Amino acid sequence: MKTRGWILNGGLVACIIALSAVSLLWGEHAFSFTQALREWLAGQHTAEAVILGELRLPRMLLAIMVGGSLGLSGAVLQGYLRNPLADPGLLGVSGGAALGAVCVFYTGLAQLGLAILPLGGLAGALVAAALLVMLVGRGGALVLLLAGAALSSFTAALTAMVLNLVPSPYASFEIMRWLMGSLTDRTMLDVLLVLPGVVLGTLLMASSARALDALTMGEDVATTLGFQLKGITGVQMRIVMGTSLAVGSCVAVSGAIGFVGLVVPHLLRGLAGHRPSRLLLPAFLGGATLLLGADVVVRLAATHKELQIGVVTALIGAPVFFHRVIQFRKRGGF
Amino acid sequence: MLTVTALSCQIGQNTLLRSASATFPAGCVTGLIGPNGAGKSTLLRIMAGLTVPTTGTVLVQGHTLAALTPMERARLLAYMPQDIPPFPPMPVREIASLGRLPYGEGASQAEHHPAVGRALALTGLQALAGRAADQLSGGERARLMLARALSTETPVLLADEAVAALDPAHALSVMHLLRALAAEGRCIVLVIHDLLLATRFCDQLVLMKDGETVKSLPPSGLTEDILQSVYGVTTRRIEQGWVPWDLAKAPR
Repeated sequence: MKTRGWILNGGLVACIIALSAVSLLWGEHAFSFTQALREWLAGQHTAEAVILGELRLPRMLLAIMVGGSLGLSGAVLQGYLRNPLADPGLLGVSGGAALGAVCVFYTGLAQLGLAILPLGGLAGALVAAALLVMLVGRGGALVLLLAGAALSSFTAALTAMVLNLVPSPYASFEIMRWLMGSLTDRTMLDVLLVLPGVVLGTLLMASSARALDALTMGEDVATTLGFQLKGITGVQMRIVMGTSLAVGSCVAVSGAIGFVGLVVPHLLRGLAGHRPSRLLLPAFLGGATLLLGADVVVRLAATHKELQIGVVTALIGAPVFFHRVIQFRKRGGF
Repeated sequence: MLTVTALSCQIGQNTLLRSASATFPAGCVTGLIGPNGAGKSTLLRIMAGLTVPTTGTVLVQGHTLAALTPMERARLLAYMPQDIPPFPPMPVREIASLGRLPYGEGASQAEHHPAVGRALALTGLQALAGRAADQLSGGERARLMLARALSTETPVLLADEAVAALDPAHALSVMHLLRALAAEGRCIVLVIHDLLLATRFCDQLVLMKDGETVKSLPPSGLTEDILQSVYGVTTRRIEQGWVPWDLAKAPR
């Protein structure tokens, strides 16, 4: 099992390296990579240096961070809630981030600066996370599920309301496009905005790995195995804060990219084994691989209009999920 | 050794325990018996650290339970819940090795720990060690829960109706196993409804009714009058007959 884990993680890292190389080297403009890199590092603003350092590099880094965060959050939530349908969108925090960003669009604040849109998204995610924590209180996993469902429907309703109120059809089209999720035209500033949330969130989620293993035996046994589930330092709080920070900051920058968090853990569980802690690293790497791959597809398919990456992940994810459902049924459930 | 003193537990308007005091000696199997709603499971949950009592203290191996860290507590007390969760398709050995989590061992190290092999052997699951746990029968699942609890190697084992889901032969073999564990000096506390098994295998019975510990007595002290006052049913003691004797001869 241990060797299998190494092979799986090694394979995924190799995929990430290969896809990152494609993402950096391949594009409409062909140029010498080494020269462009040298120019970018030297701070020269040549066209090649800008394309590499300001367009392709942030796009690649965001694909890794966003895909990884979504995959990891999905694995953690599926493990914690012991529900194979759990997905990072379930907690309502991504809904909050989307609402925050949509409000920024609506008020026209987005034009004031590049950072305003993601900052609005981040603010929305943080407000939603705070509401979630307050709603859940000392409740358990079921309360978390219910609170998340309530919050995500509420934020979806508010987002629909804002869309409804938008004066110009062009603005509502822009919002719709943003909501579908995209990594196009993101800058290093976006990368820097996502980074703290992703790092902190990933650490919080990783710290709950052993507790997730214990939770396969139910909450009572996990508690008697020495894991504190509730309370401010409890496992639930770490998972809620971890997924909220990571997913909230990702959605704030890239929009809501669906299916990655749901499908990646399912795809890898057969290879990594069903022990929740063994799935966490592969889920991060797998999410990053999937999103990098989807981004390459987006760029490959780009004609006069670029396909949104959220659409591509959904198109890849849904058939995979159908296949998993059929497998599940044949096995007689989990 | 486990001692509870003047435990009471109130949740909202419900009083689950009034004043429960009892001593559970090491090296003994103690059966907690009493009608449904008597507070047996609540008492067991309080001893396992799952429910915080309103008043009273629990003393485990000389330590106050409330003063222990969760990990210290986990290394002293193992708990088997009444309900068995649906297992994920993890191999049986891996599930049993979850009992090693309080020791901070890595997953692979824990799986190969001798305590896990011993727990699987004691519960008769060795042949199934590689099988996916979601494919087990009800009895095998109950034994796996026990194996998981045993692999922690705690001096105290608290089991809530460990034999309720088992067929007579497996119930007997689990009771024999609990006896053997007690003989090693462990303290075993068992919520049990089957009075035949309780009187045959327990060293001590703690009777509970309406949230109170009514009596602690050896199985031989269980009379028709006591059963009448606790359960409200008329019983007749049969020293030999078709049920206990036939089962007692069943192979281990």
